[in-house]
Amino acid sequence: MMMTIIKGSTVAAEGHGHSPIEQFEIRELVPINLFGIDASLTNSGAYMLLALGLIFSYLYFSTGGRSLVPTRLQSISEILYEFIASTVRENVGAKGMQFFPLVFTLFIFVLVLNLLGMIPIPGVTFTVTSHIAVTATLALLVISIVIFYGLYTHGIGFFGIFVPSGVPPALLPLLIPIEIISFISRPISLSVRLFANMLAGHIALKIFAGFIGLLLGGGIWALLAPLPLALTVALTALEVLVAVLQAYVFAVLTCIYLSDAVHGAH
Amino acid sequence: MDPAAAKMIGAGLAAIGTGAAGIGLGTLFGHFLAGALRNPSAADGQRGTLLLGFALTEALGIFALLIALLLLFAF
Repeated sequence: MMMTIIKGSTVAAEGHGHSPIEQFEIRELVPINLFGIDASLTNSGAYMLLALGLIFSYLYFSTGGRSLVPTRLQSISEILYEFIASTVRENVGAKGMQFFPLVFTLFIFVLVLNLLGMIPIPGVTFTVTSHIAVTATLALLVISIVIFYGLYTHGIGFFGIFVPSGVPPALLPLLIPIEIISFISRPISLSVRLFANMLAGHIALKIFAGFIGLLLGGGIWALLAPLPLALTVALTALEVLVAVLQAYVFAVLTCIYLSDAVHGAH
Repeated sequence: MDPAAAKMIGAGLAAIGTGAAGIGLGTLFGHFLAGALRNPSAADGQRGTLLLGFALTEALGIFALLIALLLLFAF
């Protein structure tokens, strides 16, 4: 295991500054083979476990005291809880509060993974949400819950969401396919939005950081090196904003999709 | 045409899409500011919607940038 880590880090060190997409490479840390299926612990899985541990221990220890006047840690947990609870209440309604645990879990998981990816550790840093396999899994989970819960509560009438109300019947053959296509494209846009934002943001950061080294090695041009450095700092701030916003957008869109399943045809 | 050159031109063409997202963001923030200056007391309540719109619009520009980056680095 140690050998793998060392090998991985030397590979990363050798390739340093060459390719901006090298940071997204998945490396095996602990090879595990389950009945012929490659279930190895990768850096992606390790980051997810780290996020899970951080979230669990933070929420567990901050709310463990349950004091009436909250401590600082406890009040942050309460703000997070209130924030997501009001988002769910606004977008899905009181009936949708049964989905609060799902939305809260998705939000906090995506948020912590996005923010962990913003902590630069050479050769280690990895943004789990920059892989479409991860975001597509989350999006498919959301959309399957929408479909199964919608069919469970409304039966076949759930498909009424494809028929827009107050439209002349002559237009329906045109509008129903459009509604169906927009429904099918929901999980695609939900997953691609998160993954593309993370991927493009980190690539842009790496490219601008690469300009610093390029200018420093270019003789008199080294005088210009502070410019891309300032830009990289600004981009980092933007990326932190984007990391939080995209987690919020993921949660809000989940709420909006769930609202279809809860309320049915409108 | 040399495939490498075609790739570069394609990436450049794909990056035009980010400008379209720029137009969208300008409209978004401009209209928010116009509305906020007319009724400053209502502006604070709409900040969440503004940020949501920002993230949704910016994502479309990122999609175009993603195609450009894929052409440059992935293929």
